[in-house]
Amino acid sequence: MSEETLTIKPYLKAPAGGDPYLEGQKCSACGAISLKKRMACASCGARDTVAPVKLANTGKLHSFSIIHRAFPGIEVPFVSAIADLDGGGTIKTNLVGIEPDPDKITLGMDVTVDFQTAPRKDAEGNEYLTFVLKPAA
Amino acid sequence: MGSEDVYITGIDMIKFGKFLDRSIASLGAEAALGAMDDAGVTINDIQALYSGNLMAAAGMVGQQIQEEIGQTGIPAINVSNACATGATALREGYIAIRAGIYDTVLAVGVEKLAGAGMLGGGGGAPKGLHPEGLLGSGSMPCVFAEAGMAHAKEYGTTFEQFAMVSVKNHHHSTMNPKARYQIETPLEEVMNAEMISYPNTKLMCSANVDGSAAAVLMSEKEMKRRGLQGQAVKIRASVLTTDPWTDRDEVMPDVNTCTRNAASQAYEMAGVGPEDLDLVELHDCFATAEVLHYENLQLCGDGEAGKLIDEKQTWIGGRIPVNLSGGLLSKGHPIGATGIANQYEIAMHLRGQAGKRQVEGAKIGLAHVIGLGTCCGIHILEGPSA
Repeated sequence: MSEETLTIKPYLKAPAGGDPYLEGQKCSACGAISLKKRMACASCGARDTVAPVKLANTGKLHSFSIIHRAFPGIEVPFVSAIADLDGGGTIKTNLVGIEPDPDKITLGMDVTVDFQTAPRKDAEGNEYLTFVLKPAA
Repeated sequence: MGSEDVYITGIDMIKFGKFLDRSIASLGAEAALGAMDDAGVTINDIQALYSGNLMAAAGMVGQQIQEEIGQTGIPAINVSNACATGATALREGYIAIRAGIYDTVLAVGVEKLAGAGMLGGGGGAPKGLHPEGLLGSGSMPCVFAEAGMAHAKEYGTTFEQFAMVSVKNHHHSTMNPKARYQIETPLEEVMNAEMISYPNTKLMCSANVDGSAAAVLMSEKEMKRRGLQGQAVKIRASVLTTDPWTDRDEVMPDVNTCTRNAASQAYEMAGVGPEDLDLVELHDCFATAEVLHYENLQLCGDGEAGKLIDEKQTWIGGRIPVNLSGGLLSKGHPIGATGIANQYEIAMHLRGQAGKRQVEGAKIGLAHVIGLGTCCGIHILEGPSA
């Protein structure tokens, strides 16, 4: 057996032998979907109503910014993007496969989630699986 | 709650700047002494001290200020609440007077932030791989750029309209000797400045500065006993909110909902509407943010913020002047001081002491701050002549 795949966030799941996916936490009382597990539902306060749900790999671009100045060691420019996933859940990550030019990026456009190995490692040299957004084909 | 109204009877701020050789406490103390002088009281009249500071919150800044201005043994309450820190400190004093516990309290906000660089997105690495640059950016310029672009998505707001906010606030600051900068920045200069996080250029980001502001609060009875009716500014509303859950706020701090909720609560508490305001100081931490808050504070209808800018309605002399102090963009944003400094600006107008930028006959003003985390503070103030 290979070592377990490390992921950049707890809500990015990489099951052995299966495709990676994003996991939300859905409240059966109010329907809210969050990315983080909590003691009670952040939306309605109900307890024991939240269960994991697999999030879609497709959605729409809600907002973005093009980052030209970042901290040392981080390559610029890059596009920081927020997408509402089909069926619920909102994620934020880099938008790739498109020029970092405001005239090329259309708010509301269809995007897909893609999974890839992060281009940098942690302090101990470990590799991580991460996810990006791409314009839908 | 007690029935007595609460008044700001003394208020001051230092000129914001860069004070490498001075301690946080000495900066806070300077504003505190100024506010007490303005009210005609001494430290011996102060029954409690509310001290706001963010970046050195573990350092007992209130007690350090007491060492500078007089250790009389009164309670010191150290407050930390992101960019709403100063407003929260003042509000805690307001609540204590309303509760009938004290008649005279001092609220101070102070921060040393000059040279701090870009905030957010870096900092202590969590366990594992730091997500900055991999999962977008958590830097403040980006967070507020994304908030602005969501407005652009809904209403077609343009880069030029966002940039014009910065042109306006820099223009206003040329009339405020206590602002960090007094420099005109024409539109081309704002738009062509270094792009930090599109659409926020460097001139559309708040200025990291050192600064302090302080206010003496009194019960109505104490204000009248001292004969301060001619300068007392009434706190008609004091509101603090946090973010209720919204679907996106785990990845996109929602600066809108908590401001909208605070605004409606504040108008109800004050018994006034947005049409009654003579001026507004709102939290322009980034130029994009100011646009959102025009609508959040009901200065215009949803989708009309761009028009408000195009028609210069929020400029000095306009229908509802916003950030006459120069705002965070040019007056500067010493985080813990900001939520009292904006009330200083309002108070100066209500007292007819705002110099070249005075709104003639100003009677009612609103001061707004928002801190990510998230919290929003709003105060509505009424002048002595109202």
